[in-house]
Amino acid sequence: MTQNLIVTPSALFFAVALVAIALLLNFKEKIGLEKDMIVGVVRAVIQLTVVGYVLTYIIKVNSIFLTLLMVLIIIFNAAWNAKKRAAGMNNAFWISLLAVTVSTGTTLVLLVLARAIKFTPSQVVPVSGMIASNAMVAIGLCYRNMNTSFHDLRQPILERLALGANLKQASSGIVRDAIKTGMAPTIDSAKTVGLVSLPGMMSGLIFAGVDPTKAIMYQIMVTFMLMAATSIASVIACYLAYPNFYNADDQLI
Amino acid sequence: MTALFTLTDIDFATTERQILHHINLTVDAGDSLTITGPSGSGKSTLLRIMATLLTATNGQIAYNGRPLSEYDPFAYRKEVSYCFQQASLFGDTVYDNLSFPYVIRNQAFDETHALEALSQVELGPDNLHKPITELSGGEKQRVALVRNVLFTPKVLLLDEVTTGLDADTKTIVHHFIDHLNQHHDVTLIAVTHDETEINTANHLITLADGQLEVTA
Repeated sequence: MTQNLIVTPSALFFAVALVAIALLLNFKEKIGLEKDMIVGVVRAVIQLTVVGYVLTYIIKVNSIFLTLLMVLIIIFNAAWNAKKRAAGMNNAFWISLLAVTVSTGTTLVLLVLARAIKFTPSQVVPVSGMIASNAMVAIGLCYRNMNTSFHDLRQPILERLALGANLKQASSGIVRDAIKTGMAPTIDSAKTVGLVSLPGMMSGLIFAGVDPTKAIMYQIMVTFMLMAATSIASVIACYLAYPNFYNADDQLI
Repeated sequence: MTALFTLTDIDFATTERQILHHINLTVDAGDSLTITGPSGSGKSTLLRIMATLLTATNGQIAYNGRPLSEYDPFAYRKEVSYCFQQASLFGDTVYDNLSFPYVIRNQAFDETHALEALSQVELGPDNLHKPITELSGGEKQRVALVRNVLFTPKVLLLDEVTTGLDADTKTIVHHFIDHLNQHHDVTLIAVTHDETEINTANHLITLADGQLEVTA
Protein backbone atom coordinates (compact mmCIF):
# COMPACT_ATOMS: atom_id res chain seq x y z
CA MET A 1 0.00 0.00 0.00
CA THR A 2 2.74 2.45 1.00
CA GLN A 3 4.37 2.26 -2.45
CA ASN A 4 1.68 4.77 -3.53
CA LEU A 5 3.05 7.40 -1.18
CA ILE A 6 5.97 9.12 -2.80
CA VAL A 7 6.21 12.43 -0.96
CA THR A 8 9.77 12.98 0.26
CA PRO A 9 11.45 15.80 2.19
CA SER A 10 12.95 17.07 -1.10
CA ALA A 11 9.51 17.02 -2.79
CA LEU A 12 8.16 19.04 0.16
CA PHE A 13 11.03 21.49 -0.19
CA PHE A 14 10.00 22.15 -3.80
CA ALA A 15 6.37 22.52 -2.64
CA VAL A 16 7.56 25.65 -0.84
CA ALA A 17 7.18 27.25 -4.27
CA LEU A 18 3.43 27.05 -3.66
CA VAL A 19 3.81 29.12 -0.50
CA ALA A 20 5.92 31.58 -2.49
CA ILE A 21 3.03 32.02 -4.95
CA ALA A 22 0.66 32.77 -2.08
CA LEU A 23 3.16 35.24 -0.57
CA LEU A 24 3.71 36.93 -3.93
CA LEU A 25 -0.03 37.42 -4.42
CA ASN A 26 -0.28 38.74 -0.88
CA PHE A 27 2.48 41.33 -1.48
CA LYS A 28 1.10 42.36 -4.86
CA GLU A 29 -2.44 42.88 -3.52
CA LYS A 30 -1.18 44.53 -0.29
CA ILE A 31 -3.30 42.16 1.81
CA GLY A 32 -0.86 42.36 4.73
CA LEU A 33 -1.05 38.72 5.77
CA GLU A 34 2.56 37.82 4.97
CA LYS A 35 3.60 37.61 8.63
CA ASP A 36 0.61 35.37 9.49
CA MET A 37 1.31 33.19 6.46
CA ILE A 38 4.97 32.68 7.37
CA VAL A 39 4.09 32.00 11.02
CA GLY A 40 1.40 29.56 9.82
CA VAL A 41 3.79 27.70 7.52
CA VAL A 42 6.56 27.48 10.13
CA ARG A 43 4.11 26.35 12.83
CA ALA A 44 2.55 23.75 10.53
CA VAL A 45 5.97 22.29 9.70
CA ILE A 46 7.13 22.19 13.33
CA GLN A 47 3.81 20.96 14.79
CA LEU A 48 3.30 18.26 12.17
CA THR A 49 6.92 17.06 12.44
CA VAL A 50 6.60 16.75 16.23
CA VAL A 51 3.20 15.04 15.94
CA GLY A 52 4.59 12.66 13.30
CA TYR A 53 7.31 11.48 15.67
CA VAL A 54 4.99 11.40 18.69
CA LEU A 55 2.40 9.35 16.79
CA THR A 56 5.06 6.97 15.53
CA TYR A 57 6.11 6.38 19.14
CA ILE A 58 2.55 6.05 20.47
CA ILE A 59 1.55 3.63 17.72
CA LYS A 60 4.68 1.58 18.35
CA VAL A 61 4.18 1.42 22.13
CA ASN A 62 0.40 0.80 21.75
CA SER A 63 -0.44 1.76 25.35
CA ILE A 64 -3.97 2.60 26.46
CA PHE A 65 -2.60 5.23 28.85
CA LEU A 66 -0.55 7.01 26.16
CA THR A 67 -3.44 6.84 23.68
CA LEU A 68 -5.83 8.42 26.18
CA LEU A 69 -3.21 11.02 27.11
CA MET A 70 -2.89 11.99 23.45
CA VAL A 71 -6.68 12.27 23.14
CA LEU A 72 -6.77 14.48 26.25
CA ILE A 73 -4.04 16.74 24.82
CA ILE A 74 -6.05 17.09 21.59
CA ILE A 75 -9.21 17.93 23.57
CA PHE A 76 -7.36 20.47 25.74
CA ASN A 77 -5.89 22.24 22.70
CA ALA A 78 -9.26 22.29 20.93
CA ALA A 79 -10.91 23.84 24.01
CA TRP A 80 -8.10 26.39 24.40
CA ASN A 81 -8.47 27.50 20.78
CA ALA A 82 -12.29 27.58 20.90
CA LYS A 83 -12.03 29.85 23.97
CA LYS A 84 -10.17 32.46 21.92
CA ARG A 85 -13.35 33.09 19.90
CA ALA A 86 -15.32 33.85 23.08
CA ALA A 87 -14.10 37.47 23.29
CA GLY A 88 -13.60 37.52 27.04
CA MET A 89 -16.69 35.53 28.02
CA ASN A 90 -16.49 34.15 31.58
CA ASN A 91 -15.64 30.46 31.94
CA ALA A 92 -15.23 30.11 28.16
CA PHE A 93 -12.36 27.66 28.56
CA TRP A 94 -14.25 25.38 30.96
CA ILE A 95 -17.40 25.49 28.83
CA SER A 96 -15.34 24.67 25.73
CA LEU A 97 -13.48 21.90 27.55
CA LEU A 98 -16.73 20.27 28.65
CA ALA A 99 -18.29 20.64 25.19
CA VAL A 100 -15.26 19.19 23.37
CA THR A 101 -14.80 16.39 25.94
CA VAL A 102 -18.43 15.26 25.87
CA SER A 103 -18.76 15.50 22.07
CA THR A 104 -15.46 13.77 21.38
CA GLY A 105 -15.91 11.21 24.16
CA THR A 106 -19.48 10.26 23.24
CA THR A 107 -18.73 9.96 19.54
CA LEU A 108 -15.53 8.00 20.13
CA VAL A 109 -17.14 5.56 22.58
CA LEU A 110 -20.04 4.93 20.17
CA LEU A 111 -17.65 4.31 17.27
CA VAL A 112 -15.57 1.88 19.32
CA LEU A 113 -18.66 0.08 20.69
CA ALA A 114 -20.10 -0.17 17.17
CA ARG A 115 -16.72 -1.58 16.08
CA ALA A 116 -16.45 1.09 13.41
CA ILE A 117 -12.94 1.74 14.72
CA LYS A 118 -10.60 -0.25 16.95
CA PHE A 119 -9.25 1.11 20.21
CA THR A 120 -5.72 1.32 18.83
CA PRO A 121 -3.67 4.51 18.76
CA SER A 122 -3.46 4.49 14.94
CA GLN A 123 -7.26 4.75 14.76
CA VAL A 124 -8.34 6.48 17.97
CA VAL A 125 -5.88 9.39 17.82
CA PRO A 126 -6.59 10.56 14.23
CA VAL A 127 -10.34 10.11 14.66
CA SER A 128 -10.24 12.08 17.95
CA GLY A 129 -8.35 14.84 16.16
CA MET A 130 -11.00 15.00 13.45
CA ILE A 131 -13.86 15.11 15.95
CA ALA A 132 -12.23 17.61 18.32
CA SER A 133 -11.18 19.99 15.55
CA ASN A 134 -14.70 20.06 14.10
CA ALA A 135 -16.16 20.56 17.59
CA MET A 136 -13.65 23.38 18.13
CA VAL A 137 -14.70 25.16 14.93
CA ALA A 138 -18.40 24.70 15.79
CA ILE A 139 -17.94 26.09 19.32
CA GLY A 140 -15.94 29.05 18.00
CA LEU A 141 -18.71 29.87 15.51
CA CYS A 142 -21.32 29.58 18.26
CA TYR A 143 -19.42 32.02 20.50
CA ARG A 144 -18.93 34.53 17.71
CA ASN A 145 -22.59 34.33 16.69
CA MET A 146 -23.77 34.75 20.29
CA ASN A 147 -21.52 37.76 20.90
CA THR A 148 -22.86 39.45 17.77
CA SER A 149 -26.51 38.61 18.45
CA PHE A 150 -26.48 39.65 22.12
CA HIS A 151 -25.01 42.96 20.97
CA ASP A 152 -27.24 43.57 17.93
CA LEU A 153 -30.50 42.21 19.37
CA ARG A 154 -30.28 43.99 22.70
CA GLN A 155 -33.67 45.71 22.46
CA PRO A 156 -35.74 42.57 21.69
CA ILE A 157 -34.01 40.74 24.55
CA LEU A 158 -34.81 43.61 26.94
CA GLU A 159 -38.43 43.55 25.75
CA ARG A 160 -38.68 39.85 26.53
CA LEU A 161 -37.09 40.29 29.96
CA ALA A 162 -39.46 43.19 30.72
CA LEU A 163 -42.40 40.91 29.91
CA GLY A 164 -41.18 38.47 32.57
CA ALA A 165 -39.32 35.98 30.39
CA ASN A 166 -36.64 34.01 32.19
CA LEU A 167 -33.10 34.05 30.80
CA LYS A 168 -33.64 30.90 28.75
CA GLN A 169 -36.88 32.23 27.25
CA ALA A 170 -35.32 35.63 26.52
CA SER A 171 -32.31 34.01 24.83
CA SER A 172 -33.91 31.04 23.08
CA GLY A 173 -33.91 32.57 19.57
CA ILE A 174 -30.27 33.59 19.87
CA VAL A 175 -29.22 30.21 21.27
CA ARG A 176 -31.04 28.42 18.44
CA ASP A 177 -29.38 30.60 15.79
CA ALA A 178 -25.95 30.12 17.36
CA ILE A 179 -26.38 26.32 17.37
CA LYS A 180 -27.44 26.46 13.69
CA THR A 181 -24.37 28.56 12.87
CA GLY A 182 -22.10 26.13 14.72
CA MET A 183 -23.47 23.17 12.80
CA ALA A 184 -23.76 24.84 9.40
CA PRO A 185 -20.27 24.00 8.06
CA THR A 186 -20.71 20.31 8.96
CA ILE A 187 -24.14 20.14 7.36
CA ASP A 188 -22.99 22.04 4.26
CA SER A 189 -20.00 19.79 3.80
CA ALA A 190 -22.21 16.71 4.33
CA LYS A 191 -24.45 17.95 1.52
CA THR A 192 -21.58 18.49 -0.91
CA VAL A 193 -19.31 15.63 0.12
CA GLY A 194 -18.12 13.77 -2.98
CA LEU A 195 -19.53 16.48 -5.25
CA VAL A 196 -17.29 19.36 -4.27
CA SER A 197 -14.67 17.86 -2.01
CA LEU A 198 -13.22 14.44 -1.40
CA PRO A 199 -12.61 14.89 2.31
CA GLY A 200 -9.52 14.06 4.31
CA MET A 201 -10.29 10.56 5.50
CA MET A 202 -11.44 9.34 2.09
CA SER A 203 -8.63 11.09 0.22
CA GLY A 204 -6.06 9.66 2.65
CA LEU A 205 -7.31 6.10 2.19
CA ILE A 206 -7.42 6.44 -1.61
CA PHE A 207 -3.89 7.89 -1.54
CA ALA A 208 -2.80 4.91 0.50
CA GLY A 209 -4.22 2.57 -2.15
CA VAL A 210 -7.50 1.54 -0.50
CA ASP A 211 -10.36 0.71 -2.88
CA PRO A 212 -12.54 3.89 -3.15
CA THR A 213 -15.68 1.80 -2.44
CA LYS A 214 -14.14 0.92 0.94
CA ALA A 215 -12.89 4.47 1.48
CA ILE A 216 -16.38 5.90 1.10
CA MET A 217 -17.63 3.72 3.95
CA TYR A 218 -15.10 5.37 6.23
CA GLN A 219 -16.09 8.76 4.91
CA ILE A 220 -19.77 8.05 5.59
CA MET A 221 -18.80 7.11 9.13
CA VAL A 222 -16.82 10.35 9.46
CA THR A 223 -19.80 12.38 8.17
CA PHE A 224 -22.09 10.79 10.76
CA MET A 225 -19.65 11.20 13.61
CA LEU A 226 -18.99 14.86 12.79
CA MET A 227 -22.70 15.61 12.71
CA ALA A 228 -23.11 14.06 16.14
CA ALA A 229 -20.00 15.75 17.52
CA THR A 230 -20.73 19.27 16.25
CA SER A 231 -24.34 19.13 17.40
CA ILE A 232 -23.39 17.91 20.88
CA ALA A 233 -20.59 20.49 21.15
CA SER A 234 -22.75 23.38 19.86
CA VAL A 235 -25.68 22.57 22.15
CA ILE A 236 -23.50 22.24 25.26
CA ALA A 237 -21.44 25.36 24.49
CA CYS A 238 -24.45 27.56 23.68
CA TYR A 239 -26.60 26.48 26.63
CA LEU A 240 -23.72 26.95 29.08
CA ALA A 241 -22.56 30.22 27.51
CA TYR A 242 -25.77 32.28 27.24
CA PRO A 243 -26.12 32.97 31.02
CA ASN A 244 -22.78 34.81 30.78
CA PHE A 245 -24.57 37.63 28.97
CA TYR A 246 -26.65 38.37 32.10
CA ASN A 247 -25.63 39.58 35.56
CA ALA A 248 -26.50 38.19 38.97
CA ASP A 249 -29.71 40.28 39.01
CA ASP A 250 -30.90 38.54 35.81
CA GLN A 251 -30.34 41.71 33.77
CA LEU A 252 -28.78 41.93 30.34
CA ILE A 253 -25.15 43.08 30.66
CA MET B 1 -51.99 51.51 54.40
CA THR B 2 -48.63 50.28 53.06
CA ALA B 3 -47.45 52.08 49.95
CA LEU B 4 -47.14 49.91 46.84
CA PHE B 5 -43.66 51.30 46.13
CA THR B 6 -41.31 52.96 48.60
CA LEU B 7 -38.08 54.26 47.13
CA THR B 8 -35.49 55.32 49.68
CA ASP B 9 -32.33 57.24 48.76
CA ILE B 10 -32.03 55.76 45.28
CA ASP B 11 -28.76 56.57 43.53
CA PHE B 12 -27.70 55.37 40.13
CA ALA B 13 -24.33 56.00 38.53
CA THR B 14 -22.52 54.72 35.48
CA THR B 15 -18.74 54.87 35.10
CA GLU B 16 -19.22 58.23 33.34
CA ARG B 17 -21.76 60.07 35.48
CA GLN B 18 -24.19 60.11 38.37
CA ILE B 19 -27.69 59.77 36.87
CA LEU B 20 -29.94 59.65 39.96
CA HIS B 21 -29.31 61.33 43.33
CA HIS B 22 -31.11 60.30 46.50
CA ILE B 23 -34.56 59.71 45.06
CA ASN B 24 -37.23 59.26 47.73
CA LEU B 25 -40.69 58.43 46.48
CA THR B 26 -43.80 56.55 47.47
CA VAL B 27 -46.47 55.31 45.09
CA ASP B 28 -49.80 54.00 46.36
CA ALA B 29 -51.71 51.13 44.80
CA GLY B 30 -54.09 52.31 42.10
CA ASP B 31 -52.23 55.61 41.70
CA SER B 32 -51.55 57.19 38.34
CA LEU B 33 -48.17 58.89 38.65
CA THR B 34 -46.64 61.00 35.90
CA ILE B 35 -42.90 61.66 35.87
CA THR B 36 -41.61 64.48 33.71
CA GLY B 37 -38.37 66.38 33.31
CA PRO B 38 -35.81 67.34 30.70
CA SER B 39 -34.07 64.73 28.51
CA GLY B 40 -31.23 63.02 30.36
CA SER B 41 -32.71 63.83 33.79
CA GLY B 42 -32.91 60.13 34.70
CA LYS B 43 -36.64 59.45 34.20
CA SER B 44 -36.21 56.30 32.12
CA THR B 45 -33.42 55.09 34.38
CA LEU B 46 -35.71 55.42 37.40
CA LEU B 47 -38.44 53.47 35.60
CA ARG B 48 -35.98 50.75 34.55
CA ILE B 49 -34.76 50.42 38.12
CA MET B 50 -38.37 49.97 39.26
CA ALA B 51 -38.76 47.34 36.51
CA THR B 52 -35.59 45.56 37.80
CA LEU B 53 -33.98 45.94 34.39
CA LEU B 54 -31.31 47.99 36.17
CA THR B 55 -30.14 47.88 39.78
CA ALA B 56 -29.73 51.04 41.85
CA THR B 57 -26.16 51.78 42.88
CA ASN B 58 -27.42 52.70 46.37
CA GLY B 59 -30.73 52.83 48.17
CA GLN B 60 -33.69 50.57 48.70
CA ILE B 61 -36.91 49.87 46.84
CA ALA B 62 -39.74 48.14 48.63
CA TYR B 63 -42.69 46.72 46.70
CA ASN B 64 -45.71 45.79 48.81
CA GLY B 65 -43.52 46.34 51.88
CA ARG B 66 -40.82 43.87 50.84
CA PRO B 67 -37.42 44.75 49.30
CA LEU B 68 -37.19 44.02 45.56
CA SER B 69 -34.28 41.67 46.23
CA GLU B 70 -36.73 39.28 47.93
CA TYR B 71 -38.81 38.84 44.76
CA ASP B 72 -38.22 36.37 41.97
CA PRO B 73 -37.33 38.85 39.19
CA PHE B 74 -39.25 36.96 36.49
CA ALA B 75 -42.46 36.78 38.54
CA TYR B 76 -42.02 40.43 39.56
CA ARG B 77 -41.58 41.60 35.94
CA LYS B 78 -44.80 39.82 34.99
CA GLU B 79 -46.58 41.75 37.74
CA VAL B 80 -44.80 45.10 37.21
CA SER B 81 -44.78 45.43 33.44
CA TYR B 82 -42.43 47.85 31.68
CA CYS B 83 -43.40 49.25 28.29
CA PHE B 84 -40.58 50.77 26.25
CA GLN B 85 -40.47 54.02 24.35
CA GLN B 86 -40.62 53.06 20.64
CA ALA B 87 -41.14 49.43 21.55
CA SER B 88 -39.59 46.99 19.16
CA LEU B 89 -41.66 44.01 18.20
CA PHE B 90 -39.85 40.68 17.87
CA GLY B 91 -40.40 37.66 15.62
CA ASP B 92 -42.17 37.99 12.29
CA THR B 93 -45.84 38.68 13.00
CA VAL B 94 -48.14 40.31 15.56
CA TYR B 95 -49.03 36.77 16.65
CA ASP B 96 -45.38 36.08 17.60
CA ASN B 97 -45.60 39.03 19.99
CA LEU B 98 -49.01 38.39 21.46
CA SER B 99 -48.41 34.67 21.96
CA PHE B 100 -45.14 35.33 23.83
CA PRO B 101 -46.78 36.21 27.19
CA TYR B 102 -48.60 32.85 26.99
CA VAL B 103 -45.43 30.97 26.01
CA ILE B 104 -43.51 32.27 29.04
CA ARG B 105 -46.40 31.23 31.32
CA ASN B 106 -46.71 27.79 29.69
CA GLN B 107 -50.29 28.56 28.72
CA ALA B 108 -52.17 28.02 25.47
CA PHE B 109 -52.70 31.16 23.38
CA ASP B 110 -56.14 32.68 23.99
CA GLU B 111 -57.02 34.09 20.57
CA THR B 112 -60.39 35.49 21.63
CA HIS B 113 -58.80 37.47 24.47
CA ALA B 114 -55.96 38.70 22.22
CA LEU B 115 -58.41 39.87 19.52
CA GLU B 116 -60.54 41.62 22.15
CA ALA B 117 -57.46 43.42 23.49
CA LEU B 118 -56.43 44.43 19.97
CA SER B 119 -59.91 45.83 19.34
CA GLN B 120 -59.61 47.96 22.51
CA VAL B 121 -56.71 49.79 20.85
CA GLU B 122 -58.68 49.90 17.59
CA LEU B 123 -56.74 47.23 15.76
CA GLY B 124 -58.91 44.80 13.83
CA PRO B 125 -58.66 40.98 13.88
CA ASP B 126 -56.87 40.98 10.50
CA ASN B 127 -53.84 42.40 12.32
CA LEU B 128 -53.18 39.25 14.34
CA HIS B 129 -51.24 37.47 11.61
CA LYS B 130 -49.90 40.60 9.95
CA PRO B 131 -46.12 40.79 9.43
CA ILE B 132 -44.68 43.39 11.81
CA THR B 133 -42.92 45.03 8.85
CA GLU B 134 -46.35 46.08 7.54
CA LEU B 135 -47.32 47.97 10.73
CA SER B 136 -47.00 51.72 11.19
CA GLY B 137 -45.17 53.15 14.21
CA GLY B 138 -48.47 53.79 16.03
CA GLU B 139 -49.72 50.27 15.31
CA LYS B 140 -46.47 48.78 16.59
CA GLN B 141 -46.70 50.79 19.81
CA ARG B 142 -50.30 49.65 20.36
CA VAL B 143 -49.38 45.99 19.73
CA ALA B 144 -46.51 46.37 22.23
CA LEU B 145 -48.90 47.82 24.80
CA VAL B 146 -51.38 44.97 24.28
CA ARG B 147 -48.45 42.51 24.66
CA ASN B 148 -47.76 44.05 28.09
CA VAL B 149 -51.33 43.80 29.36
CA LEU B 150 -52.72 40.52 27.94
CA PHE B 151 -52.21 39.23 31.48
CA THR B 152 -53.31 42.30 33.42
CA PRO B 153 -50.30 43.50 35.45
CA LYS B 154 -50.57 45.13 38.86
CA VAL B 155 -48.33 47.99 37.73
CA LEU B 156 -47.70 49.41 34.27
CA LEU B 157 -44.46 51.37 33.83
CA LEU B 158 -44.84 53.48 30.69
CA ASP B 159 -41.70 54.99 29.22
CA GLU B 160 -42.83 57.78 26.88
CA VAL B 161 -45.10 55.36 25.06
CA THR B 162 -46.99 58.10 23.22
CA THR B 163 -43.91 59.90 21.90
CA GLY B 164 -44.07 60.24 18.13
CA LEU B 165 -47.70 59.11 17.87
CA ASP B 166 -50.31 61.19 16.05
CA ALA B 167 -53.12 62.84 18.05
CA ASP B 168 -55.72 60.14 17.25
CA THR B 169 -53.42 57.28 18.24
CA LYS B 170 -52.46 59.14 21.43
CA THR B 171 -56.14 59.40 22.34
CA ILE B 172 -56.64 55.67 21.75
CA VAL B 173 -53.61 54.82 23.91
CA HIS B 174 -54.71 57.24 26.69
CA HIS B 175 -58.21 55.72 26.80
CA PHE B 176 -56.79 52.20 26.92
CA ILE B 177 -54.37 53.03 29.74
CA ASP B 178 -56.91 55.04 31.75
CA HIS B 179 -59.38 52.17 31.43
CA LEU B 180 -56.80 49.81 32.93
CA ASN B 181 -56.23 52.20 35.82
CA GLN B 182 -59.88 52.93 36.54
CA HIS B 183 -61.50 49.55 35.90
CA HIS B 184 -58.73 47.04 36.57
CA ASP B 185 -56.85 48.83 39.41
CA VAL B 186 -53.63 48.87 37.44
CA THR B 187 -51.20 51.33 39.01
CA LEU B 188 -49.70 53.57 36.33
CA ILE B 189 -46.27 55.17 36.45
CA ALA B 190 -45.67 57.06 33.23
CA VAL B 191 -42.68 59.02 32.01
CA THR B 192 -43.67 61.74 29.56
CA HIS B 193 -42.82 64.99 27.82
CA ASP B 194 -46.35 65.35 26.47
CA GLU B 195 -48.00 68.60 27.59
CA THR B 196 -51.53 67.13 27.68
CA GLU B 197 -50.39 64.19 29.80
CA ILE B 198 -48.56 66.58 32.16
CA ASN B 199 -51.57 68.90 32.44
CA THR B 200 -54.03 66.08 33.11
CA ALA B 201 -51.77 64.14 35.51
CA ASN B 202 -53.30 63.06 38.81
CA HIS B 203 -49.97 63.03 40.54
CA LEU B 204 -46.97 64.71 38.92
CA ILE B 205 -43.30 64.65 39.84
CA THR B 206 -40.42 66.33 38.05
CA LEU B 207 -36.88 65.08 37.77
CA ALA B 208 -34.06 67.47 36.95
CA ASP B 209 -30.40 66.42 36.92
CA GLY B 210 -31.31 63.16 38.57
CA GLN B 211 -33.04 64.83 41.52
CA LEU B 212 -36.68 64.97 42.47
CA GLU B 213 -37.71 68.60 42.09
CA VAL B 214 -41.41 69.25 42.47
CA THR B 215 -44.29 67.22 43.76
CA ALA B 216 -47.71 68.48 42.68
